Parts: sequence; C-alpha cells; structure tokens
Amino acid sequence: MDIRSQISMVFHLDKCIGCHTCSIACKNIWTDRKGTEYMWWNNVETKPGTGFPTRWEDQEKYKGGWELVNGELKLKSTSKVKTVTNIFHNPNMPTMDDYYEPWSYKYKDLFDAPAGDDQPTAKPISMVTGEYMDIEAGPNWDDDLSGSPIYAENDINLDVLSEEQRDQLFAIERLMMFYFPRICNHCVNPSCVASCPSGALYKRGEDGIVLLDQERCRAWRSCISACPYKKTYYNWNTGKSEKCILCFPRVETGQAPACFHSCVGRIRYLGVLLYDADKIEETAKHSDHELVDTQREMILDPFDEDVIRDAKKNGIADSTIKAAQESPVYKFVKDWGIALPPHVEYRTLPMLFYVPPMLPVMSSQEGDSVRSINEEYFPDFEKARTPIKYLAKMFGGGNESHLRYVLKKQSAIRAYRRAVTVGDIDMLNAEKALMEADCHPKEADKIYKLTSLCTFDDRFVIPAAHREEAIEMMKDPLEHKQEAGFGFREAPERGK
Amino acid sequence: MGQLKSILDTFFFSMFPYITIFTFLLVTIQRYRSKAYTYSSLSSQFLENRQHFWAMVPFHYGIISVLTAHFVWFLVPETVLWWNSVPARLYVMEIAMFIFGLMTLIGLVNIIIRRQTNSMARFVTTKADWLVLGFLMIQIVTGLYTAYFHRWGSSWFAASLAPYLWSVFKLSPDLTYITAMPFMVKAHIVSAYSIILLFPFTRLVHILVLPNPYLWRKPQLVRWNWNRKTIRTTEKNS
Ligand code: HEM
Ligand code: SF4
Ligand code: SF4
Repeated sequence: MDIRSQISMVFHLDKCIGCHTCSIACKNIWTDRKGTEYMWWNNVETKPGTGFPTRWEDQEKYKGGWELVNGELKLKSTSKVKTVTNIFHNPNMPTMDDYYEPWSYKYKDLFDAPAGDDQPTAKPISMVTGEYMDIEAGPNWDDDLSGSPIYAENDINLDVLSEEQRDQLFAIERLMMFYFPRICNHCVNPSCVASCPSGALYKRGEDGIVLLDQERCRAWRSCISACPYKKTYYNWNTGKSEKCILCFPRVETGQAPACFHSCVGRIRYLGVLLYDADKIEETAKHSDHELVDTQREMILDPFDEDVIRDAKKNGIADSTIKAAQESPVYKFVKDWGIALPPHVEYRTLPMLFYVPPMLPVMSSQEGDSVRSINEEYFPDFEKARTPIKYLAKMFGGGNESHLRYVLKKQSAIRAYRRAVTVGDIDMLNAEKALMEADCHPKEADKIYKLTSLCTFDDRFVIPAAHREEAIEMMKDPLEHKQEAGFGFREAPERGK
Repeated sequence: MGQLKSILDTFFFSMFPYITIFTFLLVTIQRYRSKAYTYSSLSSQFLENRQHFWAMVPFHYGIISVLTAHFVWFLVPETVLWWNSVPARLYVMEIAMFIFGLMTLIGLVNIIIRRQTNSMARFVTTKADWLVLGFLMIQIVTGLYTAYFHRWGSSWFAASLAPYLWSVFKLSPDLTYITAMPFMVKAHIVSAYSIILLFPFTRLVHILVLPNPYLWRKPQLVRWNWNRKTIRTTEKNS
C-alpha cells in the first residue's frame, strides 16, 4: 500500500441557492488580472444547461479525460506521438468563443457626453482589445434556465433520455432545475497533469492539491484540452495556463478556501481522505458502471490499524491522520455513501463529491386539481420530474442504482425527521423506511446534523500543513521566517 | 568602394557573428535564470483558431526541416557531397528542401495575414514579434532566391560555406570563400546572424524549452514537500 492523503470536498446540491457568492469570492482574490477576466475557477451552472465553457461535457468535441483502449488507459486528447505533431496547433482546443469575450463599459462617456435629448449610455467594450463590442454571451448566460431552447435543451446529459422524456422535461408545469457549482476536482488521476509536455502540472504529495507551475508552463496548451471538466484556463496575456489552486495559501494556514468560506448556502465541506496510490490505475480501468464503487474502495478507512501504520510509514503526519478520522468528506462518501463523484466516467478520479439533489416529485393530479403535497413521504422516484437517468449520467457513471440509493436514504431521513419534529408521521413507519434505505436512526441524526446544523468547524476539518518541515529541507526555518511574505520575486510579465 | 566592401565584409562575417553568439549565450542564460517566467511560446490559438492552423503548421514543419538540413550540411559536409554525387539524389534533396522552404514561406505569410486581420491576434502582437517576423521573412525569401538562382546550394554550401562556418566556430574566421559570394547569399547569412541576435530578446526562446522529457516520463507527477525516503518519526510530528 502506498498511502497518500488528499484534501477532498463535498458539495451538497440540495443546499445550493445559486447565489454565485463563491464565484465572486474567487474572482476577487485570484482572477481579476489582465488575461484572466474570462476565467471562473469556481463557477455555478444551472442544470439542465450547457455550462461553462459551452457544452464542456461533450468529450466528442473537447476530447477531455481518459478512455479505455484495449484495457489500457489513454488520454483522449493526446499521446506521446500526438504531443509532437499537435504542439503547433492543438486541434481540440476550446477558444474564447466557447467561453465568452469579457467586457466592461465605457463609463467615462456617462460623464463626458455633451448635453443632448437622450440619456448618455456607457457602451460595452472588450476587455481584450478595448474596442467596442456586441455582447453575445456571458459565463452564466443560462442561469435559472434562461434561454432554455439554446442552452438547457442542449445539455448533453439529456441525450440519455427518450424524445418523450425530453419534451416533458421542458413542459412548463414540469420544469425543474438545480445548481451545479464547480471547481477543479483535484483529481487523483488527473489528465491535465498527464498531458503536460513540460511537466508544469503536478499533484502535491502532502495534500493532493493539483497545481500548475507558472515558471515551467510554456503555453503548449495540452491541459486545456485534456481536463474534461475544463478547469485549466489559458491566460492569453501572460502566455501561461492557470487553474484553481484550492486557495492553498489559505489551506496551509488553516483557513477554508475562499469559495468554501463565503458559501451562503453552506453547502461545502472539506476534509482529508486517505487513499491507496498503488490502486489508482487499476481503479480507473473499471467499466463506467463500476467506477463509483471502485473509487470508493480506493479510499481507505482512517481508523483501520493497518492503514494507520502504513500511512505513518509513508510519512503522513499524525495530525493528518487525525484530520482524516474527523473528515466530513469521509462520512459523506464512505460512511453514509451519499456523495458521488461528477462524471466519474472521465476516469480522472475526481476528489470533489456531490450529494445529488432531491428531485421535485410530481404533484398528484385528480381531474383538474393539482395537489402539491404528496401524501406519501417516500415518493416514487421513477415518477420524479427529473429522470433518474439524467442524474445518473452526471453522478453515477450511468449507474442508476447509486442515485436510487442516495435519494432513497435522503428522503427516508426527511420523513424520519418529520416524525421526530412534527409527529404527523408514524415513527414506526419512518424507522422502517430508514431500514429499507440502509440507514438507522443514529446515522440519520448524524446526517441531519451535518447537513442542517453544521458549524464552520464541522464543515472544514483542515489538517496542519507542516510547511516548516518542507522549509527545513531547504534552509534554516528562522532564516525563512525573516524572508517570507514578499510575494513573487519575479513580476509575472508577458514574455516577448 | 572596394575598401568599404572589405570593411563591411570584415565586420559582418568576422565580427558580427561573435557579437551575436556572445549576446545569445549571455542573455538566454541570464533570462532563464532571472526571468524564467517569460519563457513561453505565447500561443495565441485561444484567441483565433482557424487561420492559426494554416499559419503555424506549415511554418513550423517547414522551418524545422530546413533548419535541420542546414545543421546536417554544416556538421557532415563530406557526406552531403557524397550524397550529391549522384544527380538523382541531389535533385531529391534540393526539391524536398525547396518545398519545405515554400511551406515556411506560406506559413509565414499566413502568420502575418492572421496577425494583421484578426483584431484579437493583432492586439497581442508586440513590436518584437513584428521584428522577428520581418527578419524571418528576409531569411526565407533570400534563402528561396538563393536555392532557385544559385544552384545547387546543398553542394556549394558543403564545399564553401561549411568551411567558413567551421572557421568562425574555431575562432579564426576565414573569409576567402565569403567575399566572392553573391549579394543574396550574403544577405541570407547576415540575416541569420541578426536572428540569433534577436533570439534572446524575443519569443524565439520557446525553441530552447522543447518539452522532450515528456516522451519518456511517467504520466503522473507528484512533488513532495518531504523527503519520501526518510520516514518521519512519530515524536517529530505529533
Ligand atoms: C523546435 C520546436 C518548436 C516548437 C515546439 C515550437 C512551438 C511553437 C508554438 C506552440 C508556437 C505558438 C503558436 C500559437 O500561437 O499557438 C510557436 C510560435 C512561433 N514559433 Fe515556434 N516552435 C518550434 C520551433 C520554431 C523555430 C525553429 C522557429 C523559427 C526560427 C519558430 C518560430 C516561431 C514564431 C515566429 C512563432 C510566432 C508565430 C506567430 O507570430 O503567431 N519556432 N512555436
Ligand atoms: S479537474 Fe482539476 S485535477 Fe482534474 S483534470 Fe481538471 S484541472 Fe486536472
Ligand atoms: S456560494 Fe454556495 S450557495 Fe451560493 S452559489 Fe456558491 S455554492 Fe451555491
């Protein structure tokens, strides 16, 4: 066993209110520089929708992630040979049109316009060229299902549905949507890393954060195609690619990343997982339907004596092992099994997991009257407005059983909590439903608590970074202390 | 007149090469040490993707082939002469090189058109870029002219230019063969030195950071902040 520790995440989709606070927190800290205006390391999509960049999930177009070719894992976008032939022109690279052209307004005109009959206007100007432009799209143009015929209806995950199901989905009385916030998944088998000709991308051994070394990046642009989640971005100004850094300077000092910290819905959880790095390749080689399970198997029990012994042998600090034992992510993913990886079929083994949303259940209809509350508190998910198939495409590698499991458990917990707090449901029935959903009252209480009443410290269990040990390897820590905090010694200026 | 010519010859063919090569070495190394960040191909594919293909691909395949050929001629002139001793083989080489030269030219023209016509590509073009493109244009046009009008280049290169370049290399420039060269050939050589001079100050440095380790490295990279071989003791990190 080669045990490594990974800072991992859970997003609870039922709690996301789609406020975009996370995106703004990130933008203000990291991507308000020239060349990064169009980047959204954190973005929030409305599903169904085409997302950002447009139709990023369409791997026929973008060729992101891995594929299985005769039992071997191969990058879809590149290979050793293709790196040589495609380095001058990358055939699958998204361009600014697939994202959007960032703009501002010429506010000065509001002050300088000569007196006239009309109000002066501030015309939009491109943040790339500074010229006047027509705004054609923005990063969340499809927010809240706006422009459904061009956006929501072209969601590639809908391809698994029948024509009839698709039509029904957009009938006004059945409309449904949910929010899908996304950051880099800090994958265990990252295709961005594997594709980089310069070796600029790497995974940090101590916490698994995937970073892009700005000094080593040479703008060969392989990672832009290879990341199936489109979470590496090209900075057209500096000629370097950039990506989400999981706010590592914050994490190293015990603070939650900015998007986590600011999250209004408190949907975000962060903690350590221990996994067996010897199993990465084997895990990623399973069929789509097995991947959720095999990825879960790769994650190890931090209470297991053997795991603890091997983790220590591998240099993992006691404090990190302790953090792994208290990790909220471990609970959601392993103990309770209600958080699932997004698009696990891309085989990058993402380390951000989602608790899928409960679906609005169809109202029951009698004649012309629609009853909005279903008497049954254990609704039949086959009748839900969002087809399970659709969710399974996003979170189950196409395997519907995982989604049934999660949704059943969640609804059983709700019924149980209703029995506890309101009392209009028979407790015996509620407990029976819990049993059927592979749950029991004690676990239900825990899930309820971590979902609804969680404090800051419950949500974020951040291990000590032990930077002092890293520094010790290179120089006297006291000397370092005096020199630290001056930022980049070299200005990140564009080459010529 | 004759005197001016010989002064110019002395300057361009026995002093200029050392100025350029010395600057090249000094500045590329210093730039890599103090400003590694600026080493980038500065790709603009993200901003314009269609003309990009017809510009970058012919240009790079062309120029890399032609440059490789020049290196071979320089390194093993005797072998080249031996190869050329059979006319059919000479024609194959000359025609192939001419086609690569044309590819380079087509690519370069497309690069210039692209950078002129696409507003975003134009926006990210610096003065240094235009200078590089200008000199490359001179280089290729004089090269193609020479190939067409002063046949057969690969033979006389091996016989008279290679010895000159070797003499420069050995620090005792011998201009015997050079002074009699036609103007276009001289222009080709001087322009080549100029490009070497521009090299460290421009985007051309991207040629030096070829990512060849990719061809044999393992796909996944992990960087450790501790020495994985020395195992931590429990007391140390409790
Ligand atoms: C040896 C391997 C080489 C590699 C891997 C390479 C790669 C690249 C790449 C990726 C770009 C950026 C293209 C883009 O805009 O997307 C580029 C641009 C460029 N390369 Fe190279 N190159 C190589 C050799 C050369 C050589 C030998 C020359 C000329 C002496 C050259 C001259 C240029 C120029 C002038 C540009 C800028 C083109 C423009 O203005 O858009 N390259 N190269
Ligand atoms: S999600 Fe992040 S770690 Fe995974 S492939 Fe994309 S950029 Fe790399
Ligand atoms: S801040 Fe939280 S609740 Fe708001 S959109 Fe982002 S993830 Fe959702």
